Amino acid sequence: MERKYHISKHCRIDHHGVLYNGQPLSAEISTEFSIFSKAFYYSLGTTYPKFFKMDNLSKLAWLGAELLLKEELSKNIAIVLSNRSSSYDTDLKHVHAISNTEQYYPSPAIFVYTLPNVCIGEIAIRHHLQTENIFFVSEQFDSQLTVNYCNYLLNSNRAEKVLCGWVEYLEENYKLVLYLVEKTGNLAHDLNVVRQLML
Amino acid sequence: MEELKSELKAKIIEALNLEEIAVEDIENDAPLFGDGLGLDSIDALELTVLLDKDYGIKVTDPKVGKTIFQSIDTLAHYISENRTK
Amino acid sequence: MNNAIAVTGMGMITAIGDDVAQNYHSLLRKQHGIKPLQHIAGKHQAGTLVGEVPWTNQELVEKLGTTVPKYSSRTSLLAAIAAKEALTQAAITDLGNIPVIMGTSVAGMDIFEQYFPHLNGDRTLIQRRDVGDSASALSKLLGGNGFATAISTACSSAANAISFGARLLLSGRAERVLVGGSDALSRFTINGFDSLMLLSDKPNRPFDRNRNGLNLGEGAGFLVLESAKALEKIPKPILGYLTGFANANDAFHQTATSDSGEGAYLAMKEALTISRLAPDAIDYINAHGTATENNDRTEAIAIQRIFGDNVPSFSSTKAYTGHTLGAAAGIEAIYALLAIQHQLAFANLRFETAMEQPALQPVTDHRSSSIKHVLSNSFGFGGNCSTLIFSDAESLY
Repeated sequence: MERKYHISKHCRIDHHGVLYNGQPLSAEISTEFSIFSKAFYYSLGTTYPKFFKMDNLSKLAWLGAELLLKEELSKNIAIVLSNRSSSYDTDLKHVHAISNTEQYYPSPAIFVYTLPNVCIGEIAIRHHLQTENIFFVSEQFDSQLTVNYCNYLLNSNRAEKVLCGWVEYLEENYKLVLYLVEKTGNLAHDLNVVRQLML
Repeated sequence: MEELKSELKAKIIEALNLEEIAVEDIENDAPLFGDGLGLDSIDALELTVLLDKDYGIKVTDPKVGKTIFQSIDTLAHYISENRTK
Repeated sequence: MNNAIAVTGMGMITAIGDDVAQNYHSLLRKQHGIKPLQHIAGKHQAGTLVGEVPWTNQELVEKLGTTVPKYSSRTSLLAAIAAKEALTQAAITDLGNIPVIMGTSVAGMDIFEQYFPHLNGDRTLIQRRDVGDSASALSKLLGGNGFATAISTACSSAANAISFGARLLLSGRAERVLVGGSDALSRFTINGFDSLMLLSDKPNRPFDRNRNGLNLGEGAGFLVLESAKALEKIPKPILGYLTGFANANDAFHQTATSDSGEGAYLAMKEALTISRLAPDAIDYINAHGTATENNDRTEAIAIQRIFGDNVPSFSSTKAYTGHTLGAAAGIEAIYALLAIQHQLAFANLRFETAMEQPALQPVTDHRSSSIKHVLSNSFGFGGNCSTLIFSDAESLY
């Protein structure tokens, strides 16, 4: 039986700033992610020192998830994320470290982040989410795949809600669009709405 | 030794991205792991890299690391005995 | 009956064999493939013990027997060889629009490492390294033109690829899928795992009290899954059924698992629920069993939580192949199906002393017994825990 689901919250973080449910949030806007992410983290008023140990992809994902899940009581939230560049931004840092045969000091803290799904791990740790999670890598966001996958998870009761979206970070080019799908919400969870959000 | 301890505190803050901690916040004899600075197993490994890179000391057994990294005092003591840089 | 997900083809290549039959014979003879790294050894990897596929890339191309695009990565070549075997067994001569779902962690990293010093800003080679490219590259290599996507969730990637393929069948969006995983050894991964002090300097000893880490491995394992509807149209021999699949997050640490094995416990529990099997129906567990202190202890705790006093036979086949990362769940799915086919629980090599807590003991010699249902675990960094359950072709509920 095909039920109808809704998008209750959504956010976007990119070079133009931060949008929450379509409304701009007052935040420092900077093209330098390290400056922007730090300022935005502090503007959220949370205390989470581990934030500063994360790589850029995880910081980006964490910030978006913090916006959407900060006041969420439900822990039965599955996570379906995707991007184009996988963990490539951090992979490059690791490659640099191991290519230097004279000064050979690969960093374990960097290596940990050379997998894109670790950003999901950071969200799960932060919000105590033990539900299903998956990370797809593709050229562009696949709306059809994500909408179908999300519907399937909800229809089969694998989760009560699903956090979906696109988290892309590569060499200072970043774009995050996250949305929360559940039974009720202002926007319909359908292909057109999702495509609009992703534009 | 005091200079080494200050140096270590600064290096640890930088290497482990302890953004909200200042050198003055770290007590010489306070535990680094567990409740102390909240460091975890990855941080311990980063510290072994730091020992190698900055002081020329190779630690290959993670269990050895556990005893060395108990506090700034134990760490400074170990480095001054074993450093090759 | 309508929802049955049948396995009609399997294909693999690992350190212990170039196809399923060779792998089975190596398992039978307890012949492992853990040896010093050969093909990509640089200054910092020489002597590292790994489960390496013995062939060079050129030799793999020859084995494949088709022309391949320039800069094809080792991961792609391994995947193509395994996928081809699976498709052949499933009597599929034209991949056509059959979806391809592939799990991988490093994708084309070997090509990237080879050319990185000479890149000079040329970005075209970077595309070949892309995880996102691997599934579509595989599909094209095999003459396909259908949906292809890559899943990158570390060591559970192939399990999630298999699960996703199953979901495509269940939702009616496909009738057949090619699913699995592939990963080639790379300096990137060897050096990375070394920096985490997770590598052993000896052949790995899963679940042994004196284990001291894992050996990395490489390889590929692919399955063809088909729906009941597809089999009504074109009947073919069924190798087994995928009766349960589940995924959960441990939500504890980026690389270590929680002391209670929570993620593993949740994944196994959910997979059993999906399969509608009680724990005592499981005859054999192909464990994740990487031989790290953390994984084996926490996985054993999770197994004990599920099975109580009735822990079934279990072993880790990583003692034979090493830890093949993104390919592991695909390779081990086939070992699970072989266990059912031959009614054999495979010996956990090099086990001598049980852990102190929990004191679980894997099978130390091949154990012949009635095996209808096998549970296979794959747990990845980022807390991604997946469990698959395979059942024999006769035992459909």
